[in-house]
Amino acid sequence: MPEIKNFTLNFGPAHPAAHGVLRLILEMDGEVIQRADPHIGLLHRGTEKLAESKPYNQSIGYMDRLDYVSMMCNEHGYVLALEKMLGIEAPVRAQYIRTMFDEITRILNHLLWIGAHGLDVGAMTMFLYAFREREDLMDVYEAVSGARLHATYYRPGGVYRDLPDTMPLHEKSKWYSDADISRLNKNRGGSVLDFIEDFTQRFPKYVDEYETLLTDNRIWKQRLVDIGIVSPERALQLGLTGAMLRGSGIEWDLRKKQPYAMYDKLDFDIPVGTNGDSYDRYLVRMEEMRQSNRIIKQCVDWLRVNPGPVMHEDHKITQPKREDMKGDMESLIHHFKLATEGYCLPEGEAYQAIEHPKGEFGCYIVSDGANKPYRLKVRAPGFAHMSAMDELTKGHMLADVVTIIGTMDIVFGEVDR
Amino acid sequence: MSDALNTLKSHLEASLADKVESAVIELGELTIEVGSQYLVEVATFLRDDATAGFEQLIDVCGVDYLTYGQSEWDTGGSGFSRGVKREFSFDGSDDTSEKIEFDGKRFAVVTHLLSIKNNHRIRIKSYCDDNEFPIMDSLEDVWNVANWFEREAFDLFGIMFNNHPDLRRILTDYGFIGHPFRKDFPLIGHVDMRYDEEQKRVIYEPVSIENRTLVPRVIREARASKSNSIAGEGDE
Repeated sequence: MPEIKNFTLNFGPAHPAAHGVLRLILEMDGEVIQRADPHIGLLHRGTEKLAESKPYNQSIGYMDRLDYVSMMCNEHGYVLALEKMLGIEAPVRAQYIRTMFDEITRILNHLLWIGAHGLDVGAMTMFLYAFREREDLMDVYEAVSGARLHATYYRPGGVYRDLPDTMPLHEKSKWYSDADISRLNKNRGGSVLDFIEDFTQRFPKYVDEYETLLTDNRIWKQRLVDIGIVSPERALQLGLTGAMLRGSGIEWDLRKKQPYAMYDKLDFDIPVGTNGDSYDRYLVRMEEMRQSNRIIKQCVDWLRVNPGPVMHEDHKITQPKREDMKGDMESLIHHFKLATEGYCLPEGEAYQAIEHPKGEFGCYIVSDGANKPYRLKVRAPGFAHMSAMDELTKGHMLADVVTIIGTMDIVFGEVDR
Repeated sequence: MSDALNTLKSHLEASLADKVESAVIELGELTIEVGSQYLVEVATFLRDDATAGFEQLIDVCGVDYLTYGQSEWDTGGSGFSRGVKREFSFDGSDDTSEKIEFDGKRFAVVTHLLSIKNNHRIRIKSYCDDNEFPIMDSLEDVWNVANWFEREAFDLFGIMFNNHPDLRRILTDYGFIGHPFRKDFPLIGHVDMRYDEEQKRVIYEPVSIENRTLVPRVIREARASKSNSIAGEGDE
């Protein structure tokens, strides 16, 4: 008998299916995984330490860069924690805008997830389809905030500005002919809300397209069904949240159970899986996209008929209007104080969680009464999911590792922080 | 919601009377302070007790209280006084600075729990007894997810966890020295890394940049009242 021993395989950090910079040390017995040891931290930027050296508002932009595919949801978690400690609440219109953009972000996130997950498992087309829709939503991001990805749109006390009345149009260039331009600008004649509404009408059909490609696809099912099964008890022990928890059959969604923003006024359902395998999590996320679409529609309807302020009026915290600053001494002082020093939070601590597309995202802020956080801890869902990697992959084949990384929806910006 | 929290609070005070040092509800969140020797016992109770029912551990993090409540920019009582710079630096990057004097317990481990069954949350705060060599009992046995969160607290704060199965560094580089989130660790770090053309390898050198503060830390005393206070009052 030849002597057979386990060998160690290094997966990543530059592997295309590693979703960024995951380095996995896999102990293999033939093609079966005995132990997986993820090495993370290759993207560690010390966000929390950096936040300690800056006034509160300057860290909002850092939140975008945590989970860089669901930017505004990260901001929401941070901003809500600040608002909780300041004891203020954003105007209702701002809260509806936030709710709408949270859901737009959820669709953005899930689209990237299905695209990358499909690509990893072998469904090339999904990636192209998903990016087609992402393009529209990123244009919405750009229209309201000026940036396609790192928006920095939410502020404690509201959102940076109201939704613009026009949607930016494509312009003729040497790359686009007149026919291209009129095709690209077809839906962009009206306001941003018109464009979003048009998107919500188109989107269910797109999801149907994805499902036609994948849901009953033999290869897709062979790769996903019964891979990475998590029982409900283990899911709780392993700290899984979001779709990872719902895939295991636990009906838990912070938007319903501990509602924030306007979720308690909106009508939507929580999809729940039964088997806790990768395929169920796929189905859960697909349904979540449809539900997000429903929520966006309701928000658009409300926002159309209810104009109003989008920023809290206490200018000790929020910037006064620029035109006021020209003539009003008080406004000028407020602006100066906010720009040079920021605002102080009362002494104390708070934890605020939101239902992020990936799970529970929370910010824990300790304040000693200063204008900078004493300690900011970001609870990233991906971190807990990543730590379950060893248990999920044990006993699976090497090729299933890719499926499991995909089904966990890992983004290293938030895991490494 | 707050009624349910009050019930939980009095339930915990009754059943864990000698182990819980304090239980406070603030901003709609319940915080209990537990002596480090009782942490695992209290955590197990919180998980298994029906009224508590905390099936899930959400987060574990370290906090370093070395410079808590100290501002870099003091102003006198009147609105017209000049700012005074402190003689120490916050992150130890300035060589002339004096060592920050600190008495009391420096490191705390803060745990957040969530009950899905009862839909409530709790925060457990536990201070490490030794400032030089902070030790805490690991919660890995109670909730498996604590494993990585505790590795992170060890890596960033140097808090050791008793009975942890695999206490390695997690976020910092291989061979990293120091615990970067401690308040006496400079924001700019201690070493620069670059590729050296002559030696044909990556080398480490002492940092070449200077630490600078763009916006000083300010604490405005006027807002001692917690109820609905708003920033910047009384400084115009």
